[in-house]
Amino acid sequence: MSLLAIQVLNGLQLGLLMFLVAAGLTLVFGVMDFINLAHGVQYMMGAYLAATFIGWTGHFVIGLGMALIGIMIFGLLLERVMFRHLYARSHLDQVLATFGLILFLNQGVKMVWGAAPLGVPVPEWFQGSVLLGDGILYPVYRFVIIGSGLLMALVLWLVVEKTRLGMLVRAGASNATMLSALGVDVRKLFMVIFAFGTMLAGFAGAMAAPILSVEPGMGDQVLILAFVVIVIGGIGSIRGAFAGALLVGLIDTLARSYSVDFMRLFVGPAAARGIANGLSSMFIYLLMALVLFLRPDGLFPARGRT
Amino acid sequence: MKKLVTSTILGAGLLGLSLSAASAQEPLKIGLVSVLSGPQAALGQQVRDGFQLAIKDLGGKIAGRPVEVVVIDDELKPDVAVSKVRGLLEKDKVDFVVGPVFSNILQAIHKPVTEAGSILISPNAGTSNFAGKGCHENFFVTSYQNDQPHEVLGKFAQDKGYKRAYLIAPNYQAGKDSLAGFKRHFKGEIVDEVYTPLGTLDYASELAKIASSKPDVLFVFLPGGMGVNFVKQFRQAGLADSLPFLSAFTVDESTLPAQQDAAIGFRSGMSWAPNMDNPQSKAFVKNYEANFNIVPGSYAMQAYDAGLLINSALVATKGKTDDKAALRAALKKADFVSLRGKFKFNTNGYPIQDYYVVKVAKRADGKFQTEIEEKIFSDYGDTYAAECSLK
Repeated sequence: MSLLAIQVLNGLQLGLLMFLVAAGLTLVFGVMDFINLAHGVQYMMGAYLAATFIGWTGHFVIGLGMALIGIMIFGLLLERVMFRHLYARSHLDQVLATFGLILFLNQGVKMVWGAAPLGVPVPEWFQGSVLLGDGILYPVYRFVIIGSGLLMALVLWLVVEKTRLGMLVRAGASNATMLSALGVDVRKLFMVIFAFGTMLAGFAGAMAAPILSVEPGMGDQVLILAFVVIVIGGIGSIRGAFAGALLVGLIDTLARSYSVDFMRLFVGPAAARGIANGLSSMFIYLLMALVLFLRPDGLFPARGRT
Repeated sequence: MKKLVTSTILGAGLLGLSLSAASAQEPLKIGLVSVLSGPQAALGQQVRDGFQLAIKDLGGKIAGRPVEVVVIDDELKPDVAVSKVRGLLEKDKVDFVVGPVFSNILQAIHKPVTEAGSILISPNAGTSNFAGKGCHENFFVTSYQNDQPHEVLGKFAQDKGYKRAYLIAPNYQAGKDSLAGFKRHFKGEIVDEVYTPLGTLDYASELAKIASSKPDVLFVFLPGGMGVNFVKQFRQAGLADSLPFLSAFTVDESTLPAQQDAAIGFRSGMSWAPNMDNPQSKAFVKNYEANFNIVPGSYAMQAYDAGLLINSALVATKGKTDDKAALRAALKKADFVSLRGKFKFNTNGYPIQDYYVVKVAKRADGKFQTEIEEKIFSDYGDTYAAECSLK
C-alpha cells in the first residue's frame, strides 16, 4: 500500500513538472498558432542557468531567481531575433526553424558548459527524506517540486481567469484575428505570452536540476512528452494542460511500476518483463490515441476554438 | 637592397633544405574515431585527449616519424562512422585507426578497417563476437572484453557473501550483456532484474520498488546521464546508507563531476583508477589534469596506452608499416609500460590484465575520483578467446 502511495506521489511530481513545460507550449501554440519545437531547449536553458547561478551564488533561492530572470530575457531575445519573423509563415517553416534552433542550442551549451553533465546540489533545507512507513523513504525535495508545481498552477489559474491580461490570453486562444480587429496590440500580447511560457519551461528545468543531470539534449525528451500532454488536454487550454500532465505523469509512473507484476499473472517472469517493458512505454501514447479518437479536440478544449 | 635579396634567397633555400629533410621521414598517419558530439561526447573527448597526450609526450614523433592524427567524430551513428572511416582509409590512407568508444560503432567499422589491411585499435569497446569466432589479426583492444568490468562486481558480491541482489540496466543489448556478466560469478538469489527504457531520467518509481523489496546488494549499469540521475536520486531516497551500491560505467571520472558527493563510497569495476600506484600512471594523471583540468578516467588511460602501443610496435619495426606481419607481431608483444602496470595480449588481441573493485572518493583538492579498493582478478583473460582461431 505504501508503495502505491509513493508511486502516486512520483506520478504527481512528474505530472507537475510536465505541466510547467506544457503550459507554456500550449499557450504559444494555442494563442499564437506557432509550433515551437524549441520549447524543450528553453527547459534545458533554465536548468543550465540555474546550475550556473546556483554555483556562483552558492544559494539556491537567489540562484533560482537569477536563472528565472535570465531565462525570461533569453526568451524575449529569441522572440525578437527569430520567432517574430516566423509568426506569419507556414507551420512547416516554423518547425524547420525551431528544429534548427534545437540543434544550435544543444551544440551551443556544449561549447559553453562542456559535454559532461552538470550537477546541482539539493538545497540544504530540503535535504533528507520523510519516512512513509515500512522503511520506505520519500525525499523532501520531491515534495518541494510538487508544492511549487501546485503553486505555479494556482498562480497561472488566477492570472488567466481573474485578470485582464488573462482575459486577453483566453480571447487570443479562441480567436486571435478577432482580438486584433478589436484593437488589442496582439504583437505585444504575443511577446508577453512567449516570455512567460519560456519562464515556465525554464522554471521546470531549474527545479528538475537537483534531481536530474543537466546535460545537452535534456529537453528533447521533455518536448515530446509535452506535446503528448497538450494534445491530450486540448491545445490552448491551461486547464487541459494541467489535467493532461497529471494523467500522463500518473499513467507513465504507475505503468512502469506495475506492468511487470500485472503481466506475470498471465505469462512467465522472463516474458512478462519483456512485454511489460514494451507496454509501459507505450501507455501514454495509447492514451493519446484514445483521446484523439473519442475527443479530437482534447479533454478540455479552449472555448470557441474550432 | 641587394643584401636583403640575397639573404632572403639564402633563407628560402635553407627553409627548403630543412623541409626536404623532414619529408625524408614520411609522417605516420593515424585516424582517431571517437564520439565528439551528443550527450556522450564527454567520453569521446577523454579518448581523443588521452591519445593526443600520448603523442605529445612522445614528442610528436613515433620511431623518428612525425605523427599526424586525423580526428573524426562518429556522432554515435554507425552509418556516419562507416562513411567517415572509409574516408580515412581511402583519402588519408591511415596506417592505424584508433577508436571507437561505443560497441555499436565498433561493429560497424571493424570490417572496413581490418579488410583494408589497416590496424584497428579499440581504446574502449570490446565486444564478445570479435573476441571469439569473429576475431581478426588486425584488431587489438587496449581496454577489456565488455563483460569483464561487470564480472568484477559479480565476483565481488559473491566473495562478500551477499545473498539477494537487485539488478538494473537499460533495455538494450549492452544492458542485457551487463547483467549476464554480473551473474556469471554471482550465485545468490536475483530478487529482480529490471530493464528501464534507454535514456530514462527519473528513477523514482524503480527506487520505490527497490526499497520495498529490501535486497542485500544493488548492481546498476546506467552509463552517462542516466547514471548521474540514478545516483543522485538513490542518495536522495536515503537508500545509500543501508544498501551497498555496485555498478559498472555508472560512477566514473566522466560522471563524477556531476554526481559529486552523492556518489561517495559507491563501487565500480575497472582495470585501473587514477590513484594507481606506479610512477607512469601518477605522471599521466598529473599531466592530464594540467592540460585539460579534469581527472582522467579509464577512457583516457586506455587511449593513452593505445598511443604507447603503436609507438612500441613502430620502434620494433624501425618505423616501417609495410610489412604487416612484422607489424602485427610487434604489436602483439605489447612491449610498452602500460599505465595500469601489467598488460599483455591474449591470442585474440584482447588484454590479459588485473581487475579491481574501485570506490569513489573525494580528494584533498575537492575533486572526485575512483580509487582502487581490492584486486578481484589477476592476469584475467576473457572466456571467448578459446573460440578464436588465431594463435
